Amino acid sequence: MDRMPAWADAVLVPLISILLAALLSALVILAIGESPVEALLLMVDGALMRSTGWGYTLYYATNFIFTGLCVAIAFHASLFNIGGEGQAMIGGLGVALVCLFIPFPHWSIALLVATGAAALFGAGWALIPAWLQARRGSHIVITTIMFNFIAAAVLNYVLVNLLRPAGAMDPATAPFPAATHLPSFHDMFATADNPLFRGSPANVSFFLAVLACLGVWLLIWRTRLGYEIRAMGFSESAARYAGISPVRITVITMLISGGLAGMMALNTTMGEAERLVMNATEGAGFIGIAVALMGRSHPLGVLLAALLFGFLYQGGAELALWTNIPRELITVIQALVILFTGALGNMVRVPLERMFVALRRRAS
Amino acid sequence: MSDIPAIELKGISKAFGPVQANRDISIRVMPGTIHGIIGENGAGKSTLMSILYGFYKADAGEIHVNGTRRDITDSQAAIAAGIGMVFQHFKLVQNFTVLENIILGAEDGPLLRPSLARARGVLKSLAEEYELSVDPDELVENLSVGHQQRVEILKALYRQADILILDEPTGVLTPAEADHLFRILDNLRREGKTILLITHKLREIMEITDTVSVMRRGQMTATVRTADTSPEELAELMVGRKVLLRVDKAPATPGRVLLEVENLRHVDAHGVERLKGVSLQLRAGEILGLAGVAGNGQSELLEVLGGYAAAKGAVRLNGQALPLAGPGSDAGARRAAGLGHVPEDRQTEGLIMPYTAWENTVFGYHRDPRYQRGLLMDNAAIRAEAADKMARYDVRPPDPDLAARNFSGGNQQKIVLAREIERDPEVLLIGQPTRGVDIGAIEFIHKEIVRLRDRGKAILLVSVELDEIFALSDRIAVIFDGQIMGERDPARTNQTELGLLMAGMTEMPDGPLVEAVDAQMAAKAAREAEHHG
Repeated sequence: MDRMPAWADAVLVPLISILLAALLSALVILAIGESPVEALLLMVDGALMRSTGWGYTLYYATNFIFTGLCVAIAFHASLFNIGGEGQAMIGGLGVALVCLFIPFPHWSIALLVATGAAALFGAGWALIPAWLQARRGSHIVITTIMFNFIAAAVLNYVLVNLLRPAGAMDPATAPFPAATHLPSFHDMFATADNPLFRGSPANVSFFLAVLACLGVWLLIWRTRLGYEIRAMGFSESAARYAGISPVRITVITMLISGGLAGMMALNTTMGEAERLVMNATEGAGFIGIAVALMGRSHPLGVLLAALLFGFLYQGGAELALWTNIPRELITVIQALVILFTGALGNMVRVPLERMFVALRRRAS
Repeated sequence: MSDIPAIELKGISKAFGPVQANRDISIRVMPGTIHGIIGENGAGKSTLMSILYGFYKADAGEIHVNGTRRDITDSQAAIAAGIGMVFQHFKLVQNFTVLENIILGAEDGPLLRPSLARARGVLKSLAEEYELSVDPDELVENLSVGHQQRVEILKALYRQADILILDEPTGVLTPAEADHLFRILDNLRREGKTILLITHKLREIMEITDTVSVMRRGQMTATVRTADTSPEELAELMVGRKVLLRVDKAPATPGRVLLEVENLRHVDAHGVERLKGVSLQLRAGEILGLAGVAGNGQSELLEVLGGYAAAKGAVRLNGQALPLAGPGSDAGARRAAGLGHVPEDRQTEGLIMPYTAWENTVFGYHRDPRYQRGLLMDNAAIRAEAADKMARYDVRPPDPDLAARNFSGGNQQKIVLAREIERDPEVLLIGQPTRGVDIGAIEFIHKEIVRLRDRGKAILLVSVELDEIFALSDRIAVIFDGQIMGERDPARTNQTELGLLMAGMTEMPDGPLVEAVDAQMAAKAAREAEHHG
């Protein structure tokens, strides 16, 4: 018998976890002598009350959707891909190369090709850890972490020595040609008398991210590959019995996972910076882990969790701007959310389960 | 014998969430007796024993040991009350010696030497008293399963247990080892120890116990003196209706050879050779039973034939050679060639436990084009087919959307069986078809296996239950240490002879065993002659 209705597991558990994390965060804010209520109001005001705030929130959310999906799909195969950060960096390299060296007539074609390049580069970066895991048993957590550092070093080398325009001082590529610039929400939705999303970086790649959610959902629950990925995630011995090759599934899943992480770079490089800079990923690869944990590896959950983290990011920036609360506090809040949703999930789930069992007994 | 029961349970109840595992159970176990507790899987036997041993706390009820009420909150309290437990899965440290295992957790002080010396003395006297001889300095990993079990019993006795609980003790033993265990239990009883024997094997209950309690669905349905009951009556009490303990089947009419296995060799991941040249022939319309103690290569043989372990040698299906390594040797290719497989462990192989029943009914066959619709899987068609299969195989509850883990063992096995048999394979491999399956379902599963045989299919049956091998097989092969020790006609052999083969003796040694076998064979022949005449 299932102990708890599915909706409670999917909605109540993360919700209570967030509340607990918020409560602890409030105590931390109190401890540094600020008012948690004011802080919350400021965050809500800065992130959700104006279209520009939304523009930032959705921009961050776009990153987190891609990296969250990256971690989530790997979770379904029981693989823990911590390498989203590195895969996104290398994905950015792919975007930069096609944008700089192919003369595109229109942004839509550029987006199509750059999406392919980003996914290909990201997948390529995940291939080696995947292969090492599948064939040699080298643990993917270790190898993907190491590959994050290698990716940073590779990107550093390429930017400084190969792609930096002559005479430029910072490790970044030349600006991309205008035809590759993605339309921002401001370009798309603002009218003459209503300058929506002014100055905010959210762009068309957000819709790509939402499409990716749908795609991953279809893949996981509606295709043969998804059936095999989940089967292997639940039981490798059963997969072998059914003629599913764990090596093949491990490699394919990691390719998809890395590809999704790589696609995050579309948002940061093509959508926002319009060139490739050194630290374009800004740790989004790691936030993806929290997003996937909180979203219970379900694309809809990932979407919602990514929005929450987008709000935390943008709200945190506002806090840093207007109060004495340092931006790092947001990292503390994120850490608390990860702690409560991931590591301490059972702390919330078990009492809830008891409550539901007791309720049902009383009802019957 | 005193009138005070060694153990008395009064009104024990225990619920896990909505599941009532034990309901108002009362039982009196008299000292110096062997008390059997029998029941199907999930009847609540193990829960009851876990409460007695302090693993679970009962929601209600009292435990009295030797007339005094005891509050058994953990295993330490159970040991203090003189209760010892021998688990189905031994709790021994493999790379410790027997002596080290015995004192583990019962050391006299911080220094080991005095404890070991004392244990050595105690062990010696126990060994003499109860026929419990084990080399105290041998590493546990070098001991046979039967000897490891003796170490578990010694552990309990060393902790001065007067009451021993044995949970399914013969599951992993050869018949000879089981006989020895029963002799030990008999000696313990004679010395005044009390024994609680939990089992699902009726034969063992009849053979050794004084009293037997039957459990069904969390309740104690009856407690009777063993001498006053019969296996048929016990089975009925366990299941709640009349059960056929024997399988009705016509003599086999074997046809042409469908599966040919020749000199099969397999080396496992640790470099141990698990199959050392196995050769078998399987004909259409027959059931070949492969008897053997668990761990002698049966599992590996099924894995190799099923297509998920590489091997050397030759396997021919319908005259067609099957690749044993590399491309085309995977489980999918085997299925396509007409080889079905009901694996030994449905929980780790045959089913994906969190998957719904309908997802599981195509597991392994999910690549069949008829389950695809464009890029996606045709879930509606699969679900409809699943509902149909579940109805025909009487899977309860007949809900295709329920996760596999929510079905009982018997119904899980029916899902696997329905999936494999409904594909109409030429050859069906079946491993432990009724392990952890309740008696009612056993009857059904055995019938389905015989029906498949009668349709002219070949069946390789692997089972560690000799009763099952005898009940179903048309021919019996015995495997020991990765080799086939011989083949027998089930009508012309008996448990003793198979037991010797299972222990690796192809030639019977001179002595009383041979006479015993001969005498039993003669008696059986006489009985049959009488029966036919």
